[in-house]
Amino acid sequence: MPNYIDEFRNSQAAQKMGNILSNYKGPLVSIMEVCGTHTMSIFKYGIRELLPPEIKLISGPGCPVCVTPSFYINAAIELSNKKDVIIATFGDLMRVPGGKSSLLKQKSEGKDIRVVYSPLDSLEIARENPNKKVVFLSIGFETTTPIEALSVLKAKEEGITNFSLLCANKTMPEALKVLTVDKDVSLDGYLYPGHVSAIIGIALYEEMASVYGIPGIVTGFEPLDILYAIITLVSNINSKKIVVENQYSRIVAKEGNQIALSKMYEVFEPCDAVWRGIGNIPLSGQKMRNKYSEFDAWELFKDLPLQEKEAVGCLCGEILKGKRTPKECKLFSGICTPENPVGACMVSSEGTCAAYYKWGT
Amino acid sequence: MTDNKITLAYGSGGKLTHDLINNIFLKHFSNDVLLQGNDAAEFELPVGRIAFTTDSFVVSPIFFKGGDIGKLAVCGTVNDLAASGAKPLYLSCGFILEEGLPIEELERIAASMGETATKCGVKIVTGDTKVVQKGAADKIFINTAGIGIITEGIQISGSKAVPGDKVIITGNIGEHGCSILVEREKLNLVSKIESDCAPLNKVVEDVLEVTKEVHVLRDPTRGGLATTLNEIAAQSNVGIKLFEDKIPISDEVRGICELLGLDPLYMANEGKMIIICPEIAVAAIMKALKSNQLSKNSAVIGEVFEAPAKRVMIKTVTGGSRIVDMLVGDQLPRIC
Repeated sequence: MPNYIDEFRNSQAAQKMGNILSNYKGPLVSIMEVCGTHTMSIFKYGIRELLPPEIKLISGPGCPVCVTPSFYINAAIELSNKKDVIIATFGDLMRVPGGKSSLLKQKSEGKDIRVVYSPLDSLEIARENPNKKVVFLSIGFETTTPIEALSVLKAKEEGITNFSLLCANKTMPEALKVLTVDKDVSLDGYLYPGHVSAIIGIALYEEMASVYGIPGIVTGFEPLDILYAIITLVSNINSKKIVVENQYSRIVAKEGNQIALSKMYEVFEPCDAVWRGIGNIPLSGQKMRNKYSEFDAWELFKDLPLQEKEAVGCLCGEILKGKRTPKECKLFSGICTPENPVGACMVSSEGTCAAYYKWGT
Repeated sequence: MTDNKITLAYGSGGKLTHDLINNIFLKHFSNDVLLQGNDAAEFELPVGRIAFTTDSFVVSPIFFKGGDIGKLAVCGTVNDLAASGAKPLYLSCGFILEEGLPIEELERIAASMGETATKCGVKIVTGDTKVVQKGAADKIFINTAGIGIITEGIQISGSKAVPGDKVIITGNIGEHGCSILVEREKLNLVSKIESDCAPLNKVVEDVLEVTKEVHVLRDPTRGGLATTLNEIAAQSNVGIKLFEDKIPISDEVRGICELLGLDPLYMANEGKMIIICPEIAVAAIMKALKSNQLSKNSAVIGEVFEAPAKRVMIKTVTGGSRIVDMLVGDQLPRIC
């Protein structure tokens, strides 16, 4: 029975495709791989090593941890200082630096901060601790937001009153458009994120192709997925086929996941959002609708920090937009390392800088 | 003893402490040296170089599929001695008990330690017990220290890997780390995964019987195979290259790691040994390993090179390579 992993890691097929790429002698093409997991997979499977100088892969801002502004971390830290609050969070956020501290440092000082694997786990913490206020740090793109919405719907259904989300959820479409029209970012094609696409479908990318003339391909995270996608996209770019292909059709349906989308739209609505290192992108965020305001931590806890202040010298913003690489940052691997990260790109396991540091030769 | 839970009085050194020692520890660890009953154990050692090691155990949960903290405490120290090429002989053990620990659980752990020690052919000859108030410890912490005699002619060290050597692992990786994670975090996964906690002294003995040409032995515990190989690469000032398709990983470990976004290379092992040896010794070592139940899935997984020094690389299924770094902090499961 296929497990959909081994088949897509077949080394003979991978090496054949790797050779095709290594032998490419065509025009220079620049491709942005938007998704943090793609950045990670490309490094993990040594795919960068196989690419000739004529195929340039640029890492994009599709890492929800990396683009979470530092004021959000400062807000979470302020909440953790309240004696009756339990913070529940995805593990990735623990080491992200805020202004002066991180959630990990706060935890070592005795604050009640718990890592959960799913937002629904934080609902369980709320049930078990009726005298405490449980705040789940709600970040993520469209892959993750539906289940965060589900946790709110379940809380409402069960009449749970000590549960809220501190939201910094984001969506891809507006960010992709900003990148596409940015004159400093020169792109010929996009590798589109597999799991975001599983939720939102591919209509957005067809708009990118028809309105902005940039082809793309939705692909998965196994080595054969990525190798095949790069070969196909390079070919389409060179033959001026401005199309969107779906290579990840085993997971991604053209119309996306309507059930997940309906949950997301029920609880959340678009808002402006600050992307760490990039700044405000209009309508690129998600905030809780008024009818669920009893679960909105920004409403329940007033006077939380909202001002963004970036570390001097940190190039995360430029790196996230694909304008610079980590090696061009003066802080990279000197002051800024996985043990002592300055910017979020180094902290997140899928951050561009973390990937370059961990796996770059 | 009529109580069913440990109270602070059990650590006071008085009658209750003596009852605890007699009824639980002496009962399950019983041997002639321990029964001397003095402040220090007295014994003669065979002539030879002595290996001496210590480890502390704080695992949670204290009972898990495949073992318990007691079995782990014996195996961990026995394995560290075996990794020096030593025959393990004597262990000490110190207990820190949290007030409120059920005595029945302590007895289960002691029984497990006694059984494991007997299987390994080692004697637990001295020990200590303290009790701390509730909240000052997590149920039970154990420290074991061990002494062994290094076999004549054996010179094993993390600094002895040389270019041209081969890297062997004695079985599937990541089993202890994954099974503990599933149980501790109460993940809703139905899986046959269990800890690989096991004593490896007999496996190492069998290997050293067929050849003395072993350069490095080390068990990849915390931080996993990747971290341990990085330590060795640094100590020996060599480069190590792994072959991804050769590393034995069970479907259970692969499934859990794929689901959570974890890397098996960094998951702890408690019943596996890394063996680094010259190419000429590989065939004989592999034959000895394959005939032992605990090492039947052994595989040659890599090679030692001169450069890049102090680095571990892996050749992936695509043919491309990447660096395998030491673990930084804890592995964090993926958000999306």
